[in-house]
Amino acid sequence: MIRSLGRLTPVLATAAVFLAGFVVCSLIYPNFASLRVVMNLLTDNAFLVIVAVGMTFVIISGGIDLSVGSVIGFTTVFLALAIERWGIPPLAAFVLILVLCALFGACMGAIIQYFELPAFIVTLAGMFLARGASFLLSTESLPITADLYAHLSDHALRFEGGARLTVPAMIMIAVVLAGMVLLHLTRFGANVYALGGSRTATGLMGINVARTTVLIYTLSSVLAGLAGIVFSLYTSSGYSLSAVGVELDAIAAVVIGGTLLSGGYGFIFGSFLGVMIQGLIQTYISFDGMLSSWWAKIATGLLLFAFIAFQQLTLHLARRSRRAPAGAHP
Amino acid sequence: MAMRFPRLGTSQLLALGVILLANWMVSPQFFDIRVQDGRLFGSLIDVLNRGAPVALLSIGMVLVIAMRGIDLSVGAVMAICGAIAASLADSHALPVVLAAALGAGLLCGLWNGFLVAVLGIQPIVATLILMVAGRGIAQLITEGRIVTFTSPQLAFLGGGSVLGLPTPVVLTLGMMALTLLVVRGTALGLMIEATGGNPRASALAGIGTKLITVAVYVWSGLCAALAGIVASADILGADANNAGLWLELDAILAVVIGGTSLFGGRFSILLAVVGALIIQAMNTGILLSGFPPETNLVVKAVVVLAVLLAQSPRLGGALAGLGVLFSRATSGGPRR
Repeated sequence: MIRSLGRLTPVLATAAVFLAGFVVCSLIYPNFASLRVVMNLLTDNAFLVIVAVGMTFVIISGGIDLSVGSVIGFTTVFLALAIERWGIPPLAAFVLILVLCALFGACMGAIIQYFELPAFIVTLAGMFLARGASFLLSTESLPITADLYAHLSDHALRFEGGARLTVPAMIMIAVVLAGMVLLHLTRFGANVYALGGSRTATGLMGINVARTTVLIYTLSSVLAGLAGIVFSLYTSSGYSLSAVGVELDAIAAVVIGGTLLSGGYGFIFGSFLGVMIQGLIQTYISFDGMLSSWWAKIATGLLLFAFIAFQQLTLHLARRSRRAPAGAHP
Repeated sequence: MAMRFPRLGTSQLLALGVILLANWMVSPQFFDIRVQDGRLFGSLIDVLNRGAPVALLSIGMVLVIAMRGIDLSVGAVMAICGAIAASLADSHALPVVLAAALGAGLLCGLWNGFLVAVLGIQPIVATLILMVAGRGIAQLITEGRIVTFTSPQLAFLGGGSVLGLPTPVVLTLGMMALTLLVVRGTALGLMIEATGGNPRASALAGIGTKLITVAVYVWSGLCAALAGIVASADILGADANNAGLWLELDAILAVVIGGTSLFGGRFSILLAVVGALIIQAMNTGILLSGFPPETNLVVKAVVVLAVLLAQSPRLGGALAGLGVLFSRATSGGPRR
């Protein structure tokens, strides 16, 4: 019991930071502690959480995916064009874009696996490719006026006090739950952890490294596509410059959530909390009204540093305590 | 390890030549150079001039990558230093302005080096912190506005000319010569290659790997500061949001095109600069050919992939399954 709590320390630390931040904000602004603010936090950050779930899988496996922001941008433009210009029904367009994203991710995973290239640079090329492709489709901001979009943005679970659990937020919660099941309870999830621990050992254990790697990047791209769908629901438009730099926010959220960037360790729920902390900072800034939005970047940077330093410290202590008994037997 | 590219850089120079020829076919006056007011003008000079910031960044980046590192923060450092230079330019003398901006770059490099060498954080994460926070810091300096200046001395660094060549080109050449002198004129380059090849063995052999790690990040910070000053001086102002945006990726791309392996080890400063010129020549070519500039990113992506596949340890040995298993066991995890 105590050991499993120890394993969860980083996530607990993240949760503590989030709660402390929320309490501080509520003390400063009495209106802050309301269901409405919490629900808005969920809706406004829904797409980022979905991306962060995919990024958690990639990072735990020891990789990185820089292409997700561009994939979101491409998805929104593709949906706008498919629904408004090409007359494809929205649901068919959703399926089509998810299949396209799956193919895109599988290609990146295959290149990383079979050509033994760093994930960093392959997904960087993917980032250029997806962003460039969305520029080629259209450089304008295209509104989406389909009935389904109007219907979905109206649809929400309503609570007292004007709080609404919107469709994007519902999708996001479903993705987080599904991601937790997939990562923590299935064989695929166990393989992802194993890959992050040691690729060579994983291969020697008889786990299909190639298949797992390709699947991980496929999953990340599909979730980025889903995030793009949610983003287009949220904004009711498609724009090739949307979600620029989201990959950094997602990576930051995953790290703040306690996942080790060297792989092998991490939790989906931590990434969710990581996004929520970033959202909290944004909300605080919008409540304040005087602070400028660039403080959000500086605060995120500081948090990143604090959590990484914390990780290094725990790693260091763990290594020392492991070494100590070994030294006792010369 | 993974040294498939000849040191002469035949393939890179060939690629640059092909792209320049393609540009010439698209626009017949591409190679025309004329002299006006004691300064050279022409598309070729333009490629050199526009390529200067990325070339400057790639000079620092190549050393970092040779050490198995990566510096994602250079774009943000450019924004910080450009913002400092622009906001001081009209109230202070040029040496003060330059010292402040370069000093800021040095501090940024020290911070990155400290995180990587002392705290032992992976380079990609360590420099991510400054990449995220840096742009915020730059906006703090400019107070969220686009700061403009009129100082002719600082403007000279972006738009002036020395001996007929645009100042950014001269500065880049100077930085390149200085770096070559320091790195190749001493044993430092050898130590960097040794550390990148095998950090542990190098440390055991008595190389001060930590000090060298800090030094290369500081150098990268200085190069980024100079690039930031040049970019600011060019537009007579500082735009904290857009200065140096995505240039870290171009710089990494230039280094990779220059044949330096991302797995560390042997490197070439000259070829990294050639890589930067290749990227700029492609940009210019796409503009000249009348294609929408949007195609630029797709072309870049295809070039990265082509270069990567050519560099891949797997290509050529695709059949040798055993050999692959061996290289995987010895390369110590090529994944970042």
